[in-house]
Amino acid sequence: MIKYLRLQWKTAKKGVIFNMDLLKFFTAGSVDDGKSTLIGRLLYDSESILADQLEALQQSNRKNDDGTIDLAILTDGLKAEREQGITIDVAYKYFQTDKRKFIIADTPGHIQYTRNMVTGASNSDLAIILVDARNGVVEQTVRHSFIVSLLELKHVVVCINKMDMVNFSEEAFNKIHKSYSEIALKLKLKEVTYIPVSALKGDNIVNRSQNMPWYTGKSLLDHLETIEVNEDVKSVQARMPVQWVIRPQTDELHDYRGYAGRVLSGSFRLNDQITVLPSGIRSAISKIETNMQEQDEVHSGTSVTLHLKDNIDIGRGDILVNSTHEPIVSQSIEADLCWMDTKPLDTSILYLLQHNSKVTKCKIRDILHKVNINTLEKIETDTFQLNDIGRIVIRTAEPLAFDLYQENKLNGGAILIDPRTNLTVGALMFRANAE
Amino acid sequence: MNKQDTTYLDQLEAEAIFILREVAGQFEKPALLFSGGKDSITLVRLAEKAFRPGKFPFPLVHIDTGHNFPETISFRDDMIARIGEKLIIGHVQDSIDQGKVIEQTGKNASRNALQTVTLLDTIAEGKFDACIGGARRDEEKARAKERIFSVRDEFGQWDPKRQRPELWNIYNGKIHKGENVRVFPISNWTELDVWNYIRRENIELPSIYFAHERDVITRNGQLMAAADCLNMDADDQIERRNVRFRTVGDMTCTAAVESDADQIDDIIEEIKMSKISERGARMDDKVSEAAMEDRKKGGYF
Repeated sequence: MIKYLRLQWKTAKKGVIFNMDLLKFFTAGSVDDGKSTLIGRLLYDSESILADQLEALQQSNRKNDDGTIDLAILTDGLKAEREQGITIDVAYKYFQTDKRKFIIADTPGHIQYTRNMVTGASNSDLAIILVDARNGVVEQTVRHSFIVSLLELKHVVVCINKMDMVNFSEEAFNKIHKSYSEIALKLKLKEVTYIPVSALKGDNIVNRSQNMPWYTGKSLLDHLETIEVNEDVKSVQARMPVQWVIRPQTDELHDYRGYAGRVLSGSFRLNDQITVLPSGIRSAISKIETNMQEQDEVHSGTSVTLHLKDNIDIGRGDILVNSTHEPIVSQSIEADLCWMDTKPLDTSILYLLQHNSKVTKCKIRDILHKVNINTLEKIETDTFQLNDIGRIVIRTAEPLAFDLYQENKLNGGAILIDPRTNLTVGALMFRANAE
Repeated sequence: MNKQDTTYLDQLEAEAIFILREVAGQFEKPALLFSGGKDSITLVRLAEKAFRPGKFPFPLVHIDTGHNFPETISFRDDMIARIGEKLIIGHVQDSIDQGKVIEQTGKNASRNALQTVTLLDTIAEGKFDACIGGARRDEEKARAKERIFSVRDEFGQWDPKRQRPELWNIYNGKIHKGENVRVFPISNWTELDVWNYIRRENIELPSIYFAHERDVITRNGQLMAAADCLNMDADDQIERRNVRFRTVGDMTCTAAVESDADQIDDIIEEIKMSKISERGARMDDKVSEAAMEDRKKGGYF
């Protein structure tokens, strides 16, 4: 029987707040690569499944061929999925060990759900790409890796799964390692780690496998627990989009005017010279508050309230940046686009573009190309269908203050909204100023 | 403070404050759905952090089934007096009196399902375009796929197939007239995260979360608070037990667990050792495996 939550809670002693951080990762694989099984195995072996969930699991009539529990059930959320036995959307799962808290975005591998993978990748620090040891690198592997590179994920783990089906062969592993290295090189993936696993049997997921003594690296969980992902720490680009202006307008707080937002990147310090964009007006920081307490400095990720020395007209949609490293301000932008709607891109209409707290009208000035995401070839096109990815040039009604996506993800990404349906129809990654 | 020193609780808090401010910035008439439970109490604390020293840019809305624990109601009223924000109450009894819903009868009767109608009426009356709720994705499988901004049609329904992709930290709150958005700022929190946060922030909770002596009866293998609304009869043996409640819902469907945990540290210890996940003590999910999904499609929180 299960040992309850030993791993999960063993350091959580009375009165001690965990001093650990958060790692968000997503998993990509083809239909039968065993993604859901891998996640189920991580949860199960790290003892993150509670007893009643386990009971529900055991009562379910979905079993593997050998009669063991089908762990994939743990992440299949919707009725339609249970009926079809496939994952059709992004499901978020949570677990923690004594080293980290994890958020998993489980995304489907079907080609028609490329958009979900883009979504999952946009919210992750790390990608796990599953490859079936029997099939090796296939078309879908290229597609998933392309999305990972497009979304600029810096950390990639290639899990070569179903090693039990190839007799835990080192040769099979090496062959896949070699052919994936070529893809990684082509896509300029920086940090790639290869782990041979069997999600079904549990090899190298949480515990090091006894079946593959030739593999000397870490188990998947060990790797996830120890990898360093705080890449924003050194960023000099201090950015804070204004979400809301706090003005109590009471007698005692008559002059209080605080600009509320979250620091996207970099740090702000008291007395820093800042520029308000897109207006370009400059001022200095007179007070920094977080949670109603004054601070000398704040770093990326923190929700803050900033006060300025001068009384300037600032509202939602403006962005405060440090004057020494200002972003690009432009109305014409070259961007990668992932189309996410069943209705194709219509170059004759105006879309809404949402970039942090700013929403402005925008039109598609030019379509440069789209990419065959299986072969990585650029192809000419005059429209984008659901799941198409390619390069366009947009023109916005109002100037945007942005960074290039490859340099600053959170200030370099935006969404397109169809004003007819209000649906989110496209993801944009800004690549160059086209003015 | 250095970025490496921030804990995951700081990260979760910053994200929740960010989402609350997005609601304030994007919507005309938002509201915060307040149940009296620990998750919505946590939301109130997060709203204080997001908007003080200003007022909340939204009222609190409580759907009162009439079968709430009296401790919850008195906690709610004390809290409102302390924070000085507006509270709007929707009464399930009103929906019953208006003939919009019919009260269930028999031993397992509950007003839990009826409150969906009262909620939708209260939203329509207040013309609320965004309702902030304390649901978490770790609670239940159907919730694992819910967006942070979840659009409901004019009938209050959730369509899992028409969910908008949510990229980076950009939330699309554009809606048509009659639609509204449910917003879940603590989607990424787990039950233990909420408890650790409550401890860190010294947040006050209704007394029923802590172990106390209470008259209980056993129904379907679960301990229920003895109360008139449970339609008790001679078969129901009333016993005095030391119990606490892990969630705060309607008395008809919120089961107690036996416990001596009367301090927050003890509760956290107990949860760590627990063999039952939180909603396991809520009878309304036991109806069928797909119960939650069905109720969400119908407009439940």
